[in-house]
Amino acid sequence: MPRPYACRVSESAAVLVEGLVMRYGAKTAVDGLSLVVERGSVTAVLGPNGAGKTTTLETCEGFRRPQQGTVRVLGLDPQADRRRLLPRIGVMLQSGGAWTGIRAEEMLRHIAALHAHPLPVPMLVARLGLGDCGRTPYRRLSGGQQQRLSLAMALVGRPELLFVDEPTAGMDPQARRDTWDLLDELRGDGVTTVLTTHYLEEAERLADQVHIIDRGRLIASGSPFALTRGGGEATIRLVVTQPFPPGAPASLQRALGPDTEVHVVNELSLLISGPADATTLGKVSAWCEEHGVLPESLSLAQRSLEDVFLQMTGREFEA
Amino acid sequence: MTAPTGTFAPRPGSAPLARQVLAQARIESVLLLRNGEQLLLALVIPVLVLVGGVTGIEHLDLSLSHSPVDELAPGVLGLAIMSTSFTSLAIATGFERRYGVLKRLGASPLPRSGLLLGKIGSLLLVEAFQILVVGGVALLLGWSPEITLRGVAGAVVMVLLGTAAFAALGLFVAGALRPEATLAVANLVYVLLAAGGAIVLPAHAYGAFGDVVVWLPSGALGGGLRECFLDGTFPLTQSLVLLGWAAVGTLLTMRTFKWE
Repeated sequence: MPRPYACRVSESAAVLVEGLVMRYGAKTAVDGLSLVVERGSVTAVLGPNGAGKTTTLETCEGFRRPQQGTVRVLGLDPQADRRRLLPRIGVMLQSGGAWTGIRAEEMLRHIAALHAHPLPVPMLVARLGLGDCGRTPYRRLSGGQQQRLSLAMALVGRPELLFVDEPTAGMDPQARRDTWDLLDELRGDGVTTVLTTHYLEEAERLADQVHIIDRGRLIASGSPFALTRGGGEATIRLVVTQPFPPGAPASLQRALGPDTEVHVVNELSLLISGPADATTLGKVSAWCEEHGVLPESLSLAQRSLEDVFLQMTGREFEA
Repeated sequence: MTAPTGTFAPRPGSAPLARQVLAQARIESVLLLRNGEQLLLALVIPVLVLVGGVTGIEHLDLSLSHSPVDELAPGVLGLAIMSTSFTSLAIATGFERRYGVLKRLGASPLPRSGLLLGKIGSLLLVEAFQILVVGGVALLLGWSPEITLRGVAGAVVMVLLGTAAFAALGLFVAGALRPEATLAVANLVYVLLAAGGAIVLPAHAYGAFGDVVVWLPSGALGGGLRECFLDGTFPLTQSLVLLGWAAVGTLLTMRTFKWE
């Protein structure tokens, strides 16, 4: 966690969240969250549904007032300096955001007209494949078309900082790849992007920096490389044909010794992290033989973000 | 940061407020004119009230000092303005909130004051239509308004201040309540003010209650328009009353308006 130098980076950081707490009634959506987004990066806030991603993002966008903690965006307070901040950021909402009877290009032209130096609308229409929306009213556009319009509205004002909430949810694979390419291009052009996602693949593919959030708390931060290959450890995944006998994880843990950690993925699969060498593999095979367990697969792999989530929370990542 | 060169190189900034307001007024007018049934409602109800009222009053004794159409036409114009700037605006804004339009605009450089001004601009355009149609029907029914410079100036001020006051109050309702509640409240208030708010009928038709209703925005708008077209004078008191309501409505809206 970057807390020790948070004060120093606050001048240059694009986003600084310190000890944010947000509650809705009895439910705590964000529970003491701290994170930093550096300028010029693509930062993914990754977590399962209900982890507090959207609440955090909306606090940065000035839609919600922090109940506890501090939020600074481009060095500004999103509440007190809202009018100075809004022209500088682009916001992609998770859903809605247009009149039901408006046409896609009409809506984009309108948002463009509110900015000083908007991008050329025809270029953006072409880049986001909105040309075939034609005269169709917003309410009859497909989910993917609505998503692409939403992204176009976030981009049209030439923001220096872009907040995108689940940018590719509901998109077909081709549109998703196109959107990823576009977000890559934005990074090249010097736009800082903060995106929330519950797609592990999206975070690994796009982000320079990933903040994994669960139940309103930050559980891990770092580049996808550092998070998955950190410490030179790898993982062994054991998948079996019949459910494990009771007490299997504990017994396997004893057999492997304290250098390794055994995590239950589900009743047919275990994840073993630690020194993934021939000795460990041998011990796992021997344990299987001894307990009459038939492995369907025993694979050695780099950790994925999914494994990181499992190890940090003890639960499987469920989008 | 390196010098921005690419297609998406940051170059943020707000358009000048006037340009934002014009854009907002334009898009709202386009969308309203595209919505045929709302326009029909804004015209048909006032025309029915005018025609029905003129026919009905001839059978009632309301001790009016002028001919029925002269007495009713200014108030019906006021009714048309109230229906557009209060009821239609509140309902449309309530659903803009439901569909995230206000949230989207709330994340754009458009300030709340710009949104309000843009909406008022589009209301004035629709009201111009209403005045043409209702005024035309009234003339056909034999309306002979007192035309003086002061009276006409007063009527313009009444329309502007009435729109500002009702729009601010309509936005307050739309911003503070859920869309369904806004729909109910906006219609209920409209019916109550139309019947009991001294907009179509003069305040003295309400007996002792008349001293109260002149201070309502409806009573001020209706009374002011009658003063303009019946007496040809400038309705100073009513202007101040509407100005007061506009200020109260604006203050309430700015305090309570939620973009979502």
